[in-house]
Amino acid sequence: MHQTSTTLRIRVNGTDHDVAAEPDTPLLYVLRSELSLNGPKFGCGLGQCGSCTVHVDGAPRRSCVTAVSSVAGKEVVTLEGLGTPERPHPLQQAFIDEQAAQCGYCINGMIMRAAALLARTPRPSRDEILSAMDANLCRCGTHMRIVRAIERAAAGGMPSPTGREG
Amino acid sequence: MRAAIPSSLSRREFLADAGILAIGFTLIPRSVRGLSSGSGESEALAPSADALDSWLVVGRDDRVTVYAGKVELGTGVSTALRQIVAEELDVPFERITWVQGDSQLTVDQGRTVGSGSIKRGGGQLRRAAAEARQALLEMAASKLNVPANQLELTDGAISVTGDASRRLTFGALIGGGRFERTISGRAPVKAPSEYKVVGRPVPRVEIPAKMTGKHVYVHDLRLPGMVHGRVVRPPRVGATLESLDEQSGARLPGVIRVVRKGTFVGVVAEREEQAVRAAKALTVKWNATPVLPDAADLYTRFKSLAKTERVVGEAGDVNAALRSATRPVRATYRWPFQLHASIGPSCAVADVRGENATVYSATQGAHQLVAPIAALLGMPAEKVRVIFTEGSGCYGHNGADDVAGDAALLSQAVGRPVRVQWSREDEHAWEPEGPAMLFEMAGAVGADGKISAWTYDAWTPTHGARPTRDPATLVPGALVVGSAPAGEFFSGGGERNARTTYVLPNERVTSHPVPSFPIRTSSLRGLGSPQNSFANESFIDELAAAARLDPVELRRRHLTDPRALAVIDAAVKRAGWIARSSPPPRAALASSEARRGRGFAYVQYDRTEAYVAAVADVDVRPDTGTVRVRRVCVAHDCGLIVNPDGLRNQIEGNVIQAISRTLKEAVRFDATRVTGVDWNGYPILRFSEIPEAIDIELIDRPDQPSVGAGEAATSPIPAAIANAIFDATGARVRQVPFTPDRVRAALRA
Repeated sequence: MHQTSTTLRIRVNGTDHDVAAEPDTPLLYVLRSELSLNGPKFGCGLGQCGSCTVHVDGAPRRSCVTAVSSVAGKEVVTLEGLGTPERPHPLQQAFIDEQAAQCGYCINGMIMRAAALLARTPRPSRDEILSAMDANLCRCGTHMRIVRAIERAAAGGMPSPTGREG
Repeated sequence: MRAAIPSSLSRREFLADAGILAIGFTLIPRSVRGLSSGSGESEALAPSADALDSWLVVGRDDRVTVYAGKVELGTGVSTALRQIVAEELDVPFERITWVQGDSQLTVDQGRTVGSGSIKRGGGQLRRAAAEARQALLEMAASKLNVPANQLELTDGAISVTGDASRRLTFGALIGGGRFERTISGRAPVKAPSEYKVVGRPVPRVEIPAKMTGKHVYVHDLRLPGMVHGRVVRPPRVGATLESLDEQSGARLPGVIRVVRKGTFVGVVAEREEQAVRAAKALTVKWNATPVLPDAADLYTRFKSLAKTERVVGEAGDVNAALRSATRPVRATYRWPFQLHASIGPSCAVADVRGENATVYSATQGAHQLVAPIAALLGMPAEKVRVIFTEGSGCYGHNGADDVAGDAALLSQAVGRPVRVQWSREDEHAWEPEGPAMLFEMAGAVGADGKISAWTYDAWTPTHGARPTRDPATLVPGALVVGSAPAGEFFSGGGERNARTTYVLPNERVTSHPVPSFPIRTSSLRGLGSPQNSFANESFIDELAAAARLDPVELRRRHLTDPRALAVIDAAVKRAGWIARSSPPPRAALASSEARRGRGFAYVQYDRTEAYVAAVADVDVRPDTGTVRVRRVCVAHDCGLIVNPDGLRNQIEGNVIQAISRTLKEAVRFDATRVTGVDWNGYPILRFSEIPEAIDIELIDRPDQPSVGAGEAATSPIPAAIANAIFDATGARVRQVPFTPDRVRAALRA
């Protein structure tokens, strides 16, 4: 049996993509399967854990419960859009410097959420960090390092809102 | 001789290019490593641990490829093990390529479990690297015509002492060739005082890729032609399938097949979202009779099910000592079923076509998963290859093996590579759970201020139910046949730290195995150690309070091991522990003012492994019963430290996870199934609940062998928190998790 998907144009990490998907398909599946972006991770499919977080027009959004059709005409940025191993975003560099990961599965969501926080609040207090990150779950217990990494990035200053290079 | 392995199976390399996996590049041909012989038994497929060529290969480019059976589970061992090899072989750390957990390419070092990767796995790799070093020195001596004792080995090359112009790199000596040498175990190893790489906080190798979306987890594998499977699950194993309308799923877009084998029902579709939709749409009716007790009756059920007992340890005459005690203390402690609760639900990719099966899995034992998968597929073991591919942190036996079976069955059914991603509900409801436990303790402190009697009785389901040659030990196999085997009771797990390391004149430690329970249980980080230590370390605190003694001092009186006393002293000093001799006044019930308290606990993991002492500072709100852990001090001695930052990361993780397990976590279930199947039904610790500080003191012991640190620091935390709540309020909480309701109930008791 053949699929009955339609073609949608979405803009991800600064590039337009025509993707074949039914309009209510979660954005997460489109990013991962169609665009081979592995940064956003499937964690719960329920919008509860934050592993799938991406930016939509600069705001953190859970891509597992975001219909792909709802981001048409908007700017989607994934972890890959922030930086690369060779040219990491300051927040990615701060996470590397603090060795703020164990298994690293949740880290996509941590960095994306923190990047949105710092874009809005460049010098957050510790309480503001804890409050912003409260929606994201980590099971390895890397919380202390994640907070330190965000504080380190904040102390070092942050680039433009979604943090892309250039 | 068994048949040659087809070329598609004999080579392996992942090239993660723009996130797309490509397979087909030969990393090191098996022939170079001499891996082509075997008897046909599955175990024989793995390279022999005795042969040096099984462990490492030097390339012409001077790179050293190490084949490790121990795998990276997110704990940093692949970095620490590289440090050990780099150190012993004097090869630059960056020049090491790492291949891990491949049932046909790497030595079977046993499962990556029990904090054994550094201790046992590291020892094997150290001996292999030392043997290689010795072999290279002998080759260089021959080629340079200089006695080996006039040669020096640095940076992956050997040169003549005093004449740097006469120098041969490892690649020049053996590049692309074989050592043809058995690991004698007699090759000299370096003295720890010479270490330059071991002991340094080398940054973890894979972290930059993990921070940028470039790391390829098993969830991220994409094989050519790969399709997506989902399993539609009954309430529980043993449920019967009343009806299945295959067309309700089969007619949906993208669906390739609805697969049914016994009560195993799955769908395979071209795209992931199509598989999800079809699985949801499939009309299926199950019959499941109630088998689970009411949560309130759980521990009574344990007692009625346990028919045998085992005395784990005994000294003196504890009955007489209890009879003569003036103030015996008795207490009952309870621990619930808990989850591994990986953030990424289990995932696997299987490619079962024709006579061969390749399974990509985040399993803790690639070699050990071959037999159950082969049995499930009805294939000979030598046709099955399991390749470890990192997953979300597992903290023990989670759903990784089971989902590999799901993917294998579905791939076999459709003849294409199939990826199965468990849903959150799948993971919460179907992963093997960490066992609930019940403890009954009795004891007394004598007139001399020392413990005169100590008895421990514990009831527990098994802490080990790993897959075996019986395919029903995997969830998909159990669904195919409609029942799960009882399995062999693994007594070692539940008895971990059942007996304390305190020197006690009269004690009896008895375990009561619960041989089969309708909830599947297996190994969760620390196995029985956190639970046992919760009971033991709470109880010694209760004895101290009853005798009006400082709880640290009472412990000291029963320890002679200087390393135990050293970690206790270090934690106490760091935390600023002030000795106190009496229980605090009871907190007023209605008070909204947080009461502060401080608790201590000490555990030597598994009685022979890492020494950990912990001091927890808590705030307790008497009116609401909420507990906040403000600060935790940990002193930790695991012998020689390989990577101090990796170690700190593990300790921090253990502490946070243990706080979570202690304050929040319990599996909810009704009469037929687990009901807490998302993060609301099984909450874990959030950022707003973490301590202000985790203050760690590492005690490095270069003269002592390294022991594991993956689990040890969990064990003292639950009791340290319970003891701190007691210190804050005078109320003793004896059942985990310490929810506000339980804390309020303890305050009223």
